[in-house]
Amino acid sequence: MARFVLRRVLQSAVVLLGVTLVVFLLLQLVPGDPVRVALGTRFDPQTYEALRARAGLDQPLPVQYASYLGHALTGDLGVSFRTGQPVSRIVLERLPATLSLAVTAVVFALLVAFPLGIVAAVRSGSAVDHAARVFSQFGVSVPDFWMGIMGILLFAGVLGWLPPSGYVALTDDPGRWATHVALPAVTVGLVTASILTRFIRSSVLEVLSADYVRTAEAKGLRNRVVILRHVLRNALIPVVTVVAVQLASLLGGVIVIEVLFAWPGIGRLTFDAVQARDYPVLQGAVLLVAALFLLVNLLVDILYARLDPRITVR
Amino acid sequence: MSDRTERSEGRESVPSQRRTSDRPVLSVEDLTVTVGTRRGPAHAVAGVSWQVRAGETFALVGESGSGKSMTLLAATGLAPRAATVTGRVRLLDSELTALPDDRRRRLRGRHVGFVFQDPMTSLNPVLPVGRQVTEAAEEHLGLSRRAARDRAVELLDLVGIPSAARRVDAYPHQFSGGMRQRVVIAMALACEPDLLIADEPTTALDVTTQAQIVELVADLQQRLGTAVVWVTHDLGVVAGIADTVAVMYGGRIVEQGPVDAVFDTPTHPYTRALLAARPDPSRRGEDLVAIPGAPPSPLDLPPGCAFWPRCPVRADPRCAHELPPLTPVGDGHTVRTFYPGETP
Ligand SMILES: Nc1ncnc2c1ncn2[C@@H]1O[C@H](COP(=O)(O)OP(=O)(O)OP(=O)(O)O)[C@@H](O)[C@H]1O
Ligand code: SF4
Ligand SMILES: [Mg+2]
Repeated sequence: MARFVLRRVLQSAVVLLGVTLVVFLLLQLVPGDPVRVALGTRFDPQTYEALRARAGLDQPLPVQYASYLGHALTGDLGVSFRTGQPVSRIVLERLPATLSLAVTAVVFALLVAFPLGIVAAVRSGSAVDHAARVFSQFGVSVPDFWMGIMGILLFAGVLGWLPPSGYVALTDDPGRWATHVALPAVTVGLVTASILTRFIRSSVLEVLSADYVRTAEAKGLRNRVVILRHVLRNALIPVVTVVAVQLASLLGGVIVIEVLFAWPGIGRLTFDAVQARDYPVLQGAVLLVAALFLLVNLLVDILYARLDPRITVR
Repeated sequence: MSDRTERSEGRESVPSQRRTSDRPVLSVEDLTVTVGTRRGPAHAVAGVSWQVRAGETFALVGESGSGKSMTLLAATGLAPRAATVTGRVRLLDSELTALPDDRRRRLRGRHVGFVFQDPMTSLNPVLPVGRQVTEAAEEHLGLSRRAARDRAVELLDLVGIPSAARRVDAYPHQFSGGMRQRVVIAMALACEPDLLIADEPTTALDVTTQAQIVELVADLQQRLGTAVVWVTHDLGVVAGIADTVAVMYGGRIVEQGPVDAVFDTPTHPYTRALLAARPDPSRRGEDLVAIPGAPPSPLDLPPGCAFWPRCPVRADPRCAHELPPLTPVGDGHTVRTFYPGETP
């Protein structure tokens, strides 16, 4: 297992290196001069040249990339063109907001999708099954920003139960964090829940018709035991991947929702960085998201190997 | 520990008791199974009656789709949800068809063991085999997890799995097909059932392994005195191990009787065709060789004799319109045709 983890970590490092290269090259293709944008109306040629030299932008590309990598290895991702603050600090500051939103949304989605998907499959054709189908259809076809706006109008406007937007850190005040995270998390979570419900339902349905389930029934096991021990243990293995993909994509920040709810996470940061052509920050954000993605994948592979004895780790 | 001693004593004393008993372990009376499908009701089983006694082997043969599996599943309460089952089924002293699902489930687990066709798919891939072998015993005999594990080793050993103590925690994918079928047999025997139902248990295996599995079940039956229902395409196996045989065609039994009688004096044109189609009666591992034509669809069973379109005798137009009755032609030997023993 240790060797498996080590190998996967090394693989991830290589992928991450590739990500830095791709992001670096892509940014060269984006039109617009970041230094010019940063200077705005205060433009004068001397300052311009000085700033370019300070950012290393007057060097040839390979040199720029090598120097970026060298610094990145020591945790130095450069400074923001806009504020002059270190990128690593800016990016890490935004992490808790995105992390807490993503995790809350996924937990909410799991709480809805597991019971709904399982019951829909076990009682396929029943009222619950139909309700689950309508729910999934609704969740995947209604745009999340529209759901978010409706949520704000209802719960913040009409009922006044929740704040319409804003962020309070979990570590500062858990209670107020909860009231602030509720609306964005449910909005994002509903979409995730409808995708998961669909997937769990079809996975459970497939396993229900497996020969080994008939074997378990032939043994005269109680229904509950057949479902829990034989059906779910098998049906939920592929669900792990889907949950992980959902979580990973939410960790990248949900731009529309973060903007709508004034949630200062990675998505919002990316949005602002793009608008301001703040390349170092954009690069840093993409790098962090890629690293999180790889981390989630690594954890899933380890979990998979634990859940499915047919997978041998070497 | 005391549990185990008791059990092994019990096992030695049971067979003699069972062999002397004359009442059927399972009796099926006028069983019909109709499955609702998108294209209308499918008459998978259209009224069959048979029984099997302790220590006896009852073989069910017939072409694919003739209703063999459905008969057994419906008799034990395992028919699919879309199926309607009528008729009477008695397991030991209980009228299964009159019982609520939960009682039937417990009786089935306690008294009936199943071996299904494909050992590659009939075991749960993510549960250690030992656990699968004895979970029925945990449920129905109240064995503790610990006692169950010991019992699993004992059972795996009984069915001839080498180094059972080491392999009890292995997973199905770590076994070959033949070994998996041994695991399934061990599983079927976990509660020392009165009845073992084997639905084409060797079809998915290679010829050598087939012979070993047949021998294993025959040997276990000798030792444990279990009643066995064996579904097969292999007439060689029927001749070798069965006491009674029933030939199914189009959801009905067309000929039934002691194996010797049926093999020596096959009376239904279908049975005769089956036996004639065997190239060499001493050879095992032959599937039923095709008879020209196709069996009837259960969606559209003919009103008369189901074999009529393919029957080489077909002496009379009434075969097409009237259902021939089951007629006795010998001691316990019955046949469903208007023209017993007729040759074309
Ligand atoms: N779940 C089901 N839904 C609809 N029809 C079914 C279902 N299962 C079986 N049948 C039909 O019932 C009939 C009897 O099937 P059954 O499985 O009992 O045949 P069999 O004799 O066991 O054949 P085989 O030798 O292939 O196992 C078939 O015609 C089949 O099409
Ligand atoms: S009843 Fe008629 S058609 Fe049917 S098997 Fe007998 S002879 Fe053939
Ligand atoms: Mg079958």
